[in-house]
Amino acid sequence: MIGGLFIYNHKGEVLISRVYRDDIGYVAQRSFMVTSCIKPATLFNVNLFVCRRNAVDAFRVNVIHARQQVRSPVTNIARTSFFHVKRSNIWLAAVTKQNVNAAMVFEFLYKMCDVMTAYFGKISEENIKNNFVLIYELLDEILDFGYPQNSETGALKTFITQQGIKGQTKEEQSQITSQVTGQIGWRREGIKYRRNELFLDVLESVNLLMSPQGQVLSAHVSGRVVMKSYLSGMPECKFGMNDKIVIDKQGKGGDLYAFCCSGKQSIAIDDCTFHQCVRLSKFDSERSISFIPPDGEYELMRYRTTKDIILPFRVIPLVREVGRTKLEVKVVIKSNFKPSLLAQKIEVRIPTPLNTSGVQVICMKGKAKYKASENAIVWKIKRMAGMKESQISAEIELLPTNDKKKWARPPISMNFEVPFAPSGLKVRYLKVFESKLNYSDHDVIKWVRYIGRSGIYETRC
Amino acid sequence: MTDSKYFTTTKKGEIFELKAELNSDKKEKKKEAVKKVIASMTVGKDVSALFPDVVNCMQTDNLELKKLVYLYLMNYAKSQPDMAIMAVNTFVKDCEDPNPLIRALAVRTMGCIRVDKITEYLCEPLRKCLKDEDPYVRKTAAVCVAKLHDINAQLVEDQGFLDTLKDLISDSNPMVVANAVAALSEIAESHPNSNLLDLNPQTINKLLTALNECTEWGQIFILDCLANYTPRDDRESQSICERVTPRLSHANSAVVLSAVKVLMKFMEMLPKDLDYYGTLLKKLAPPLVTLLSAEPELQYVALRNINLIVQRRPEILKHEMKVFFVKYNDPIYVKLEKLDIMIRLASQANIAQVLAELKEYATEVDVDFVRKAVRAIGRCAIKVEQSAERCVSTLLDLIQTKVNYVVQEAIVVIKDIFRKYPNKYESVIATLCENLDSLDEPEARAAMIWIVGEYAERIDNADELLESFLEGFHDESTQVQLQLLTGIVKLFLKKPTETQELVQQVLSLATQDSDNPDLRDRGYIYWRLLSTDPVAAKEVVLAEKPLISEETDLIEPTLLEELICHIGTLASVYHKPPSAFVEGSRGVQHKRLPGSAGSGESVESPEPASAAVPEASPSIIPSQGDLLGDLLNLDLTPPTSTAAPPPTSGLQMGAMDLLGGGLDSLLGGDLGGNPMGAGFGAPASAMPPSFSAPASGGLDDLFDLGGGVGMPTGAYTPPKTMWLPAMKGKGLEISGTFARRSGVIQMEMTLTNKAMSVMTDFAIQFNRNSFGLAPAGPLQVLTPLSPNQSIEVSLPLNTLGPIMKMDPLNNLQVAVKNNIDVFYFSCQYPMSVLFSEDGKMESKVFLVTWKDIPNDNETQCQIKDCHLNSDAASNKLQGSNVFTIAKRTVEGQDMLYQSLKLTNGIWVLAELKVQTGSPVFTVSLKCRAPEVSQAVFQSYEAILRN
Repeated sequence: MIGGLFIYNHKGEVLISRVYRDDIGYVAQRSFMVTSCIKPATLFNVNLFVCRRNAVDAFRVNVIHARQQVRSPVTNIARTSFFHVKRSNIWLAAVTKQNVNAAMVFEFLYKMCDVMTAYFGKISEENIKNNFVLIYELLDEILDFGYPQNSETGALKTFITQQGIKGQTKEEQSQITSQVTGQIGWRREGIKYRRNELFLDVLESVNLLMSPQGQVLSAHVSGRVVMKSYLSGMPECKFGMNDKIVIDKQGKGGDLYAFCCSGKQSIAIDDCTFHQCVRLSKFDSERSISFIPPDGEYELMRYRTTKDIILPFRVIPLVREVGRTKLEVKVVIKSNFKPSLLAQKIEVRIPTPLNTSGVQVICMKGKAKYKASENAIVWKIKRMAGMKESQISAEIELLPTNDKKKWARPPISMNFEVPFAPSGLKVRYLKVFESKLNYSDHDVIKWVRYIGRSGIYETRC
Repeated sequence: MTDSKYFTTTKKGEIFELKAELNSDKKEKKKEAVKKVIASMTVGKDVSALFPDVVNCMQTDNLELKKLVYLYLMNYAKSQPDMAIMAVNTFVKDCEDPNPLIRALAVRTMGCIRVDKITEYLCEPLRKCLKDEDPYVRKTAAVCVAKLHDINAQLVEDQGFLDTLKDLISDSNPMVVANAVAALSEIAESHPNSNLLDLNPQTINKLLTALNECTEWGQIFILDCLANYTPRDDRESQSICERVTPRLSHANSAVVLSAVKVLMKFMEMLPKDLDYYGTLLKKLAPPLVTLLSAEPELQYVALRNINLIVQRRPEILKHEMKVFFVKYNDPIYVKLEKLDIMIRLASQANIAQVLAELKEYATEVDVDFVRKAVRAIGRCAIKVEQSAERCVSTLLDLIQTKVNYVVQEAIVVIKDIFRKYPNKYESVIATLCENLDSLDEPEARAAMIWIVGEYAERIDNADELLESFLEGFHDESTQVQLQLLTGIVKLFLKKPTETQELVQQVLSLATQDSDNPDLRDRGYIYWRLLSTDPVAAKEVVLAEKPLISEETDLIEPTLLEELICHIGTLASVYHKPPSAFVEGSRGVQHKRLPGSAGSGESVESPEPASAAVPEASPSIIPSQGDLLGDLLNLDLTPPTSTAAPPPTSGLQMGAMDLLGGGLDSLLGGDLGGNPMGAGFGAPASAMPPSFSAPASGGLDDLFDLGGGVGMPTGAYTPPKTMWLPAMKGKGLEISGTFARRSGVIQMEMTLTNKAMSVMTDFAIQFNRNSFGLAPAGPLQVLTPLSPNQSIEVSLPLNTLGPIMKMDPLNNLQVAVKNNIDVFYFSCQYPMSVLFSEDGKMESKVFLVTWKDIPNDNETQCQIKDCHLNSDAASNKLQGSNVFTIAKRTVEGQDMLYQSLKLTNGIWVLAELKVQTGSPVFTVSLKCRAPEVSQAVFQSYEAILRN
C-alpha cells in the first residue's frame, strides 16, 4: 500500500510529507550525489533524519529536476516506486515499496486534489502552506496505513473542520461515525432546505480527428451529467434519459414517450460509469439509474458515445506551399446545427511553422491574430449561428532555413461551445421520492441545461 | 487564518523560543507553537529536542491540538523511545473515551508508533477496539492489526488478533469488512502458506454482498482479494462473474480494473461454448475503452494493462483500433503505449487505417515516438502480408525526408522485411545505398551491411561499399564488426574472384587485432571453413535464414499469466513480476491463472502467434537475427561424439560435421598458438572421443552462446533386467536391455546356459509391435553355449517391421529359439531408444507446432527427487536425443523447450520446468499422438533420474 505521500512546490521543496510505512525511507543515497542540478536553496537542511528524507529527495532529483520531459507517471528509483500527478506547479507524489494497485494510487491522488480543492480552493503553494495543518488532518483521516478510507468531502466536512469539534452530543458523534462508515457515506442525515431544487447539467465534450480530405478518422463524445442537488432528507432519485436500450425495451412495453422517440431519437451509449451513489447492480440488471444523491454538486455519471454524433463544426483546410519561403493557408469553417441556435467562444487555431517571419491575415468574421509565441494563428469568433460559413485566409512568410527536418504540420484545432448535446442525449426525467418528509416530486424545482464543448477537435492539414 | 507564517520562522534560538511557547499556559499559544513545530518538521528540520514539551501538550480536550501532537509523536517516537512511553497513558485513556472519533484516533496513532514498549501496551486497547460498538472504531482497529503485524508478527498471532480479524469479515458494516479484508490480505502475503484468508463459498458470498455497499476504496480491496480465490467449478466461477460485472460501470478506474482482473481470471474456467462466455467478452471492451478518457496518468496505467489483455485475449479489443489512435496532445508516455497496442491489434481488416496513422506519427517531433512509429510500419509489413508493399513504399517516402533518425530506423526495419519476403523488394536497395553515409547508429549500420552482404550479387559496388566500412573497423561497435565480418564473407562466397583481398583483410582484423572473443571466434570459424571446405562454407554462411516472427516483444506466457493475475497493480505497469521490484517476502509468491474446464489454451486466436505461445527465444527477433541466424546451428548442436548422428537432412547436419572436422584441425593444427589457444588448448587432448568434464569449460564458451546446451553425456541405457528366467526357458536364462548407439537401436542380451547340455542354433523373432521394431540381422551367437556359460550379444534392430498397437505401447513380444525349444517372453523397451537423432526442431517450427497442437493433447507430470540443474538436465536429455530448442529463465525457474522425434516420425514437444533448488521437475508434453506421452514421460524420468 501507499508508503508515504509528499507534496512539493515547483522548486522541489517539500510542503507536506506524511510517511505511513517505514520501508520507504531507505532510498539509495545516490540521490544526493546528483546535486549538481539542484539550486543550493533547495538543499536545505538535509539532516538528522536523512533516511526518511531520502525518498523525498530521490523524487526531487529524479523527477522534478530531471532535465528530460517526464517519460512515465510512475518512476522506480532504487526499488521504490513514485507515483506523481501535477496540479499547476504543485507536485503530489505517492511513494511505495510494494506491489500496490497502481490505478488506485492515482485515483487516490486525484481524490486528494478534489478534497483539497473542496476545502480551500485552488491548489497552490500558498494555499497549501496556509492550510498545512488541515492537510495533515485530512491525510490522517483518508489514508490509514496507506489504505484509502472514506474520502467523500460531504462526509469529511462534518468532522474535519478548522474549528475543531466542539460540544458534540453523543448522538451527533455516532451520526458522524455511522455516516463515515455507512452505506451512504456521501450524504448526512437531517439536511433541510426551504426550497427543494436541483440542477442538471449535461456537459459534453465532442472529440474529432478529421483527415484533410474531410474523412472522419475518429469521433466520440465523452459526456458528464453533473448535478447540483439541494434536497431535504434522504431522497431517492431516479434518472432517465433516451438510452436506446431502455427505449427499445419500453417501446415494446407501451411507454408512450418511449414509443414516440424509439428509433431515431434514442442514442446508443457505448459505455457509462457512475458516481458511487448509483446502485450498479440495479443498472446492470434493469438499466435503471437510481440513487440517493450527495448534497451539493457532484458528477452523477460519465458516458461515451461514438454513433450518430452531431459534429457542430466542419473545418476545411487548404495549405499551399509557394516556393520555400511562403505558405498560403485558407480555412473554411461551417456550422452544422439548427439555425436558431448560437455557438459561442469559437476559436480556431492554425499552427504555423517555426521559421515564420510574418503573417498577413484576412478573415470575414471575428478577429484573427498571429501569435508568434504559440506558433499559431488564433482566430476568434464570439458567436455564430447554425448553418453558416466563414473563412479565413493567411499568407505566411517563412525564413529560409537549412533545417532538413520538415515541418510536422500539426493539426488545426478548434474550440467552441454549443447549447445542445452533440451526442443527442436527452434527459427524460429525474424523479425524486422522499417518503419521510412531506414534499413530492412535483414540489422540486428542476433545471436542465445542455452544453456541448469541443474536446480535442482537430483537422489535419 | 493562514498557517504559512509558520514556515517562515527561521531565526536562531528558535528551538528555545518554541520550548517556552509550548510550556505556555495559554491554550492558543500552545497550539500555535505546536503548529510551528510541525511546520519545521515538514521542511526537514530536526525538532526532536522538543519531544517532552510537545508530549506535555497531549493532555488536552482540543481535538485539533491532539492530532498535531500525535503527528509529532509518529515522527519522533522512534528516535526517543524512552520518552515516548510518557505518552502511553494518554493513549490508553483516549482508547476509553466516550467519543468514538477519539477512540479511533488513539488506536490509529498508537499503531503508527513503532516502539516495542508502546506496542505492548497497544494489545489491550486494540482488543477492545476490535469489538467496539462503533463501526468507525472497528474499521480503524482492523487496519491497526495489520500495523501491529508489521511491527511484531508473533505478538499478533499470540494474542489471537488474527481470529478476531477473520470474524470481522462477517461484520454488519461494509467498511469494516473491507478494511478487515485489506488487513488480512496484507498479512497473508507475508505468510504465503498459511490458510489465513480462508476463502470458501460462504466468505466469498459475504464479500460479494459487502462489495455492493462499501466505499469505492473498499470495493478495490475486496475485488483484489477475490482475485486470489480459485472457484471450484465453472458454475461458481460464472456466478461470481455475474456479481462482479456491475462494477465495470464504476466511476473509479481502479474499481473497474480490479473487476477486469477478477473477470479475466475467472473467465479461464468458463467453457468457451457457453453463451455467457461470449457475453462476458463483449462486456469487457467498453469499460476498457472508457478508461482511455481518464486523466493521462490513469490512461497510462490502463494502457499498460490493456497491452497485457490484448496479448492474452486479442478478441476483446480487436474492433477497437481507433480508440488507440494517438492524439496530438497526449503525453509522450501515453503515445508510446498506444502505439504499442496499435501494432498488436493491426490486422488485415484495419491495416489501411493503421498505416495512414503511422505515417502521420512519423512526422512528429518526439524522436522516440517517431522511431517507434517507423518501426511499427515495418512490423505491419511483416505481420500483414497484404500490406507489405504499401509499407515499403511508405518507408521509402520516409527515407526521402532525409531526417537522420528516420532514415536509420527505416533501414533497420527494411532489413526485416527483406528477410520476411525474400526476392520481392530488392529493387529498393539502390535507394538505401544512397543513404549509406548518413548512418551513424550501430544498429542501422549493421542492418545496412547485412543488406549489402546478403544481396552482394545484385549490388555492383558491394565490395567498395563494404570496404568503406572496413576502414574504421576498430572504432565500430561489436554488432557492426560482426556483421561486417559476415557480410564480407558472404560477398566473398558470391564473388570470390574480386574480393579475396578484402576477405583476408577482414579475417585478419577480426582474428588478430581484436580483443573481442566473439568476433575472434567467428573469424576463426569462417577462416577454417573457408580454408578447408568452401562448399560447406557456402552451405553454412549462405544458409536459409530462420523465419522471423510476426510478433515481437511478446511477454513469455507464464509471465503473462502471472501479470494477468496482477492487473491494475504496479506489476502490470512495469510488466515485471512483483518479486522483481518488491523486497522481502511480500507478494513474491507466484500467481497463476486457474486451469479451465475445457483447456488451458487461451483462445481460438484469430491472429497467429498472439495467443499463448511459448516464445522459444526472443533473440530471434530481427535485430540480432542475423548473428544468430548464422551461428544458430552451431550454437545448439554441439558435435556429439558418443552418438554420431547419421546425416539426415542438409544444412544442419552439414554444419555439425564441418565443425567437428574443423575443430579437430583447429585444435591440433597451426592455430594452437594464437590467443584463442587458451580456450582450446586444454580440451584438445581430451576432446575426442569423449568430452571429459573439465574439458568442457573452454568449449562451453563457444557452444553455449545461445541455448545453454553443454556437452551431451551419452544416451541413457537402463540396466539389464531378467526377461526369461531359467525355469521357463528350460535352462536358458535371458536378461537384457535396449540401447541406442550411434543412431542404431540395440537389443543387448546376456544369454546364460543353466541347463546341463550345450545350446546351439539360436534365432530370434519379434511379434508385431507398436513401432515396428524388428531385428536388423540374425542373432549372432556363433559358438555353442556350454553349460554355465554366459554370452553377451548385441542385436541391432530396425523399425521396418510390421506394426500393431500394443498395450502398454512399448511392449515387445519376443520369441527365442534354440536347439531345445522355442521360448516366448515379453519385455518393455524404453521409449528413449526410439528418439531419433534428427529430433531437433527448428525454433520457429517449434513455436508454430506448439500452438497448432490442441491443448487437449497436452499432458503434464512431475518428476520428483531429481537433483540436477537445468543445464545438466538438458545435457542428459540431449544425450538421449531430446533436444533443447530454447531456454528461458523466469524467476529462478528455468524453462526448457525441447523437442524429440520418434523413429516413426511422431514429434513430441516438451516444456521442462526446473525450479532452482527444488528437486521436482515439471514436464508438459504436447504431441499429436497423445498416446505416446505416457511412455515418453517414463523415459524422461528414467533419463533424468539416472
